[in-house]
Amino acid sequence: MAFEKYDFTPLTQSIHQGLIENVSPLLTLIIEWTIIGVLFLLFIAVFGLLLVYVERKVCAAFQQRLGPMRVGPWGLLQTIADFVKLLMKELITPKSVDKFLYNLAPFIVIIVPFLTISVIPFAPGLQALDFDIGIFFVTAVSSVGVIGVLLAGWASNNKYSLIGGMRSGAQIVSYELSVGMSLITMVIMAGTMQISEIVELQRGGWFLFKGHIPAIIAFFVFVVAGTAETNRGPFDLAEAESELTAGFHTEYSGIKFAFFFLAEYINLFIVAAMATIVFLGGWMPFHFGNFEGFNAVMDFIPGLIWFFLKVFGIIFLIMWFKWTFPRLRIDQILTLEWKYLLPINLFNILLMATMVLLGWHW
Amino acid sequence: MKSFFAYIAEIFSAIWSLLTGMKVTAKYFFTPWKNVTQQYPENRDTLVMYERFRGEVIMPHNENNEHKCTGCGICEINCPNGSIEIISKSIVNEEGKKKRVIDQHIYHLSMCTFCNLCVKTCPSDAIVMGQNFEHAYWNRTSMTKVLNQPGSKIMEGIKE
Repeated sequence: MAFEKYDFTPLTQSIHQGLIENVSPLLTLIIEWTIIGVLFLLFIAVFGLLLVYVERKVCAAFQQRLGPMRVGPWGLLQTIADFVKLLMKELITPKSVDKFLYNLAPFIVIIVPFLTISVIPFAPGLQALDFDIGIFFVTAVSSVGVIGVLLAGWASNNKYSLIGGMRSGAQIVSYELSVGMSLITMVIMAGTMQISEIVELQRGGWFLFKGHIPAIIAFFVFVVAGTAETNRGPFDLAEAESELTAGFHTEYSGIKFAFFFLAEYINLFIVAAMATIVFLGGWMPFHFGNFEGFNAVMDFIPGLIWFFLKVFGIIFLIMWFKWTFPRLRIDQILTLEWKYLLPINLFNILLMATMVLLGWHW
Repeated sequence: MKSFFAYIAEIFSAIWSLLTGMKVTAKYFFTPWKNVTQQYPENRDTLVMYERFRGEVIMPHNENNEHKCTGCGICEINCPNGSIEIISKSIVNEEGKKKRVIDQHIYHLSMCTFCNLCVKTCPSDAIVMGQNFEHAYWNRTSMTKVLNQPGSKIMEGIKE
């Protein structure tokens, strides 16, 4: 197979072997955890900053502007400068907040992307945790974030924050359902919840093409619900600037604000990565029928690059939504979920189950 | 059943209208050369302001150092915030008659709101809006300008 030369398994195996031969198993475990933890920390920090820059540039292009241009060539150092500024800012704790919950909330929010990122396969053999219930783990863990948002809104003791937190709570609880349902649709088709196996099953063709009609419906539902779950526009009414100043993170400053900010962007990455894994074949290259030459060229591109290409494609789509559509009202958001997405989803699950039973998919 | 079809039709019309919106922004995104942002200090030499832009009030003079201002004071009356002061003097012309002409057309840039009323009401089109917008000064007395150049006089054939 052409993949084997890009497989990361030999690398991770050799690190593990080298450690276990020299130190005790416990120390091996601790060292490996540390390596993975540091890698994820670095990845989240760097990728968060990169995404903020990309977002600003993409948004500017959609509005016929140039975006950041002053700090560094093409404004490349802008987000780093912003981050340094945030680090140096004073951490203000307002007088009437609930101190414990107020300080706890940003950490709960930032925990979610750290947990979910652990099951994402970036490339063959490059996955920290490979559960047999990977998909379930992602949906379960990603709903922890809403607790942080609600806590932030409540503990700030500020009516804007409270309204923002409550809106966000109602929204995330509703849309979690759609995200879960659209993932279940694809789990029915895959027959497994193990993420590495889901990716492996798409070697012959991505699920979006294999599952045709119900898969495409599930993909659209997932992208819409995923956009809503990350609290991004047009579903950003939890932090609607024009009405709620900044919603649930109005009272936060400095690094605590940066946590909310970073968590939002990493959640965007997670949603895009999940869409990539479940619908677009993860790190699998694009193959077209029996065109051997074309397929060989596609195989030549490493899986890591394929993964990030697809992820950035989805991220671009979600950014496109944000900078095109006007913000929805809270009743419109709930109507969209409960009257449209949920019935469509339920019907879609039925359709997918029928299709799998009758063997109509490829 | 009818409402069911209406529901389905609503979904498709919604998707269609969303795609229409996305088409508009996609056109903006993929035509970056049409961006409206100016990289100002870098393109200072090539920057051309729009005709309609109102930067400051100026009084054009021709090559003989002649302007069209009669010193009638209509611009001073029409200025809503008193940024124009007309100081006139009387001279004796060649026919031996006394005549009132402009001595100093004083323009306070610091008070001007660029409403264009002085330019619109000027009966002889002596003042126009200039396009210079770099009005940062170290001293606020620099923002008081005398629009008619020293030694200038009125053009021939301007009706009083």
